[in-house]
Amino acid sequence: MASLELLNIRKRYGELDILKGIDISVDAGEFLVLVGPSGCGKSTLLNMIAGLDTVSEGDIRIGGRRVNDLHPSERDIAMVFQSYALYPNMSVKENIAFGMEMRKVPKPEREQAVKEVSKTLQIDHLLDRRPAQLSGGQRQRVAMGRALVRKPRIFLFDEPLSNLDAQLRVDMRTEIKKLHQRLGATIVYVTHDQIEAMTLATRIAVMRAGELLQLGSPAEIYNRPANTFVAGFMGSPRMNLIPGTLKSEAGGLHLEVASEGAAPARVVLPRVPDATRAYLGREITAGLRPEAISDKLDGGSADGRPVIEAVVEVTEPTGPDTLAVLLLGGREITARLRPDSTLKAGELGRFAIDLSKLVWFDPASGARVA
Amino acid sequence: MDSSTGPAPATWSAADRWLQRSLPKLVLSPTLVVSLVFVYGFILWTAYLSFTPSKGYPIHELVGFLQYVRVWNHPRWQVAIHNLAIFGMLYIVLCMALGLLLAILLDQRIRQEGTLRAIYLYPLALSFIVTGTAWKWMLNPGLGIEKLVQGWGFQNFKFDWIVSEEMAIYCVVMAGVWQATGFVMAMFLAGLRGIDQDLIKAASLDGASLPKIYWRIVIPQLRPVFMGALIILAHLAIKSYELVVALTGGGPGYATELPSTFMYAHTFTRNQLGMGAASAVMMLLTIVAIMVPYLYSEMRAAGKRSH
Amino acid sequence: MAQQWDSPQMVKGTGVRWSAFVIYGLLLFFAAIYVLPLVVMLLTSLKPLPEIYSGSIIALPQEWTVKPWIDAWGQTCVGLSCRGIKGYFWNSTKMTVAAVIISTAIGMLNGYVLTKWRFRGADLLFGLILFGCFIPFQIVLIPMATLLGKLGIASSTPGLVLVHVVYGLAFTTLYFRNYYVAFPDELIRAAMIDGAKFFSIFFRILVPNSAPIVVVTVIWQFTNIWNDFLFGASFSTGESAPMTVALNNVVNTSTGEREYNVHMAAAVIAALPTLLVYIVGGRYFVRGLMTGSVKG
Repeated sequence: MASLELLNIRKRYGELDILKGIDISVDAGEFLVLVGPSGCGKSTLLNMIAGLDTVSEGDIRIGGRRVNDLHPSERDIAMVFQSYALYPNMSVKENIAFGMEMRKVPKPEREQAVKEVSKTLQIDHLLDRRPAQLSGGQRQRVAMGRALVRKPRIFLFDEPLSNLDAQLRVDMRTEIKKLHQRLGATIVYVTHDQIEAMTLATRIAVMRAGELLQLGSPAEIYNRPANTFVAGFMGSPRMNLIPGTLKSEAGGLHLEVASEGAAPARVVLPRVPDATRAYLGREITAGLRPEAISDKLDGGSADGRPVIEAVVEVTEPTGPDTLAVLLLGGREITARLRPDSTLKAGELGRFAIDLSKLVWFDPASGARVA
Repeated sequence: MDSSTGPAPATWSAADRWLQRSLPKLVLSPTLVVSLVFVYGFILWTAYLSFTPSKGYPIHELVGFLQYVRVWNHPRWQVAIHNLAIFGMLYIVLCMALGLLLAILLDQRIRQEGTLRAIYLYPLALSFIVTGTAWKWMLNPGLGIEKLVQGWGFQNFKFDWIVSEEMAIYCVVMAGVWQATGFVMAMFLAGLRGIDQDLIKAASLDGASLPKIYWRIVIPQLRPVFMGALIILAHLAIKSYELVVALTGGGPGYATELPSTFMYAHTFTRNQLGMGAASAVMMLLTIVAIMVPYLYSEMRAAGKRSH
Repeated sequence: MAQQWDSPQMVKGTGVRWSAFVIYGLLLFFAAIYVLPLVVMLLTSLKPLPEIYSGSIIALPQEWTVKPWIDAWGQTCVGLSCRGIKGYFWNSTKMTVAAVIISTAIGMLNGYVLTKWRFRGADLLFGLILFGCFIPFQIVLIPMATLLGKLGIASSTPGLVLVHVVYGLAFTTLYFRNYYVAFPDELIRAAMIDGAKFFSIFFRILVPNSAPIVVVTVIWQFTNIWNDFLFGASFSTGESAPMTVALNNVVNTSTGEREYNVHMAAAVIAALPTLLVYIVGGRYFVRGLMTGSVKG
């Protein structure tokens, strides 16, 4: 039995469709991340799972039980909010114990539970402080403690790291992941940050404008995005989406990349997936992540990888590598080069393309064809 | 961890569910009922009375606009309206001008700003009756300011406005302005403090002098505050009752009669319920005529801002 | 001289010195005018009557006396009874305290419901309630007098308490509603998930964090209700009259010699409670004023 089932969930505000039919099933122990640009409906969906917002159509089942009409406190869930939502007039101890108080759990049990949880999260020295006296990271942990102590079936996280500064965000991200591994908890996590999605999730649901675009593991989402939106949204720097024409010539296939005012470039393709053959002679969009374009040619042979020549426009050394913006047939693409690359702006360079990472999209619909 | 490892969450009884859903409305309803009865219901009741020939007690007959005509033709009402116009205009203009002046002066990073502000504002903590009593004493011809100035050597100084039929209303203006200016000043001060300092810096880089900056840049930005103050002052002026009662009692004679005193007199002392009701309705209509357009434009502006 | 850009005063460097004179001069002049009535009242209340007739209103007493105060408190005539104003002071106290507590409590609940439990038409209902802030109270005098008579509480303190609660609700609801609008919704949601219900959320989460607005509302209501005259004069003359009505009676008695010093003492006594509240809670007083002027 799945821990959480969303069956054809729809949400309407008057004439406006906020959610247009979402179907997701979450198994026990999974870490599902809902990711997408602002306004895509991910927070609305989370609130509906929590019971803080009503369902226009569809069913939400937790542990097999239909919960549409149940109050949030009846759904066996716990939630961690973006602003932590710690009760300012209560101490950390009282904040964590509040839910138990509402459920009339006897005092000794409450104290015991608070002690355990605060030790796990390393906030046991803060128990008597008020939220105003805590740092951002500490508040976040108290918020998590409040959720943990409920021992719920499902944990809901609503952009919990957005209010933290960059370094703290990375640290807390790791803590959340460790917690998930240790507890084996079922988690539904909302974020607009695709790095958080990639690093934390066991499965990612990419949403846009109320629709679920793709549901899959991070590897699937990253390597086999369902459409150009997902391809461009996940991964930074974004995947190169190269419009071109698939041509057959002199016994071989190549992709011709052209744009106004520039000489066309040819990318020789030793092989292509069968599904793309329908596009012979037609326009098609090639998707290639920057790390699949490399300046490591291994002595000229590039062992079978197609090689292109392109002018370097800009180089951005990041430390671990050098990002280079290249001009291919007049189009800008980003490549991830070796950190010690000596290419300079204006120079012509030679780059190898990892064919196994190439994905193909229909230019009109944006859907992936291969 | 498929099943939750904690205690099963409490499920609610149907009664509980119904209660939680209805409580908000239940809690709000007493106030709603009160509003419906004591505000809207009473307004209708008074309006109804204004169409009856009621005198000392209600008479349940309808006589059209008879009472309104009687009120309008009444010499005291005509004095009251005349006074309201004079008082209203002076009150509003003087409060705004003085309030603005004080606010601008206080905005100049004055050292004792807090104390001075407290001094200008304290009259608002006083009852109008207290204010009227104090000013009545100060304006007492023979014992008050007149005597004081004469004591300074100006033997022929006369300041008996408060007993003069023509000038008494200006005494009401004085006391009223004294009381309410602090409020307007506080509003303008808040508005001034909300103005972007960068605008002023840019203007002074352009070579503008301080008065010019205030006149051309700062004051135009205070338009919303002007509107707000205007509305509130107009509101206060129309409702003015206690100040007149304490200061002049409506006198001398009925020289300082205002619609509010007219209404009170005809309702409670002269046994003319119908006329009293009619005058009250007219006061209400005047206030509504001022507030509704203002509130409407405020709602629209707020709506635009939130989108 | 160094330019300080955050002060408009330093805009054009010349002539700063004389303009400071003008500014302070004007401010002090107006401050004197503002303080004058209070000073005059106090001085007059501490002089024996002959001095009032012979001296000027701002002259210091040659013979300081508190007799006017004692007279005002216990002996001066209010209407037909001559037992001073203390009874009326007590009436006002009872009436004000009761009305403030009740109207504040209900207003708090109303603000809570209107902002945290949105239901359809909540904004419309708020508008309906809000209208009560604007009406000239003359429009309700006649029906209210009739109703109080029918209920048997005309000319009584409970009657006045009812009136002040009824017409104070619009203001208190406005104050709390505006404050709670800005109160984080996520706190309420977290409490809901924790299993708190309607009143638990109210008492455990909202109320403990409402201190500032409660103070503002209490100050505002206290000041308005204590200072009211219209309702007192319309519904409660006689023994149960509030302080303001009694004061007016004292001051406007036209029989016998005018004891101006007693009148002034009575006026100061009447003004003391609200003045004290103002001095102690000044900051909140101002906030209350501002909220009242920024509607919606």
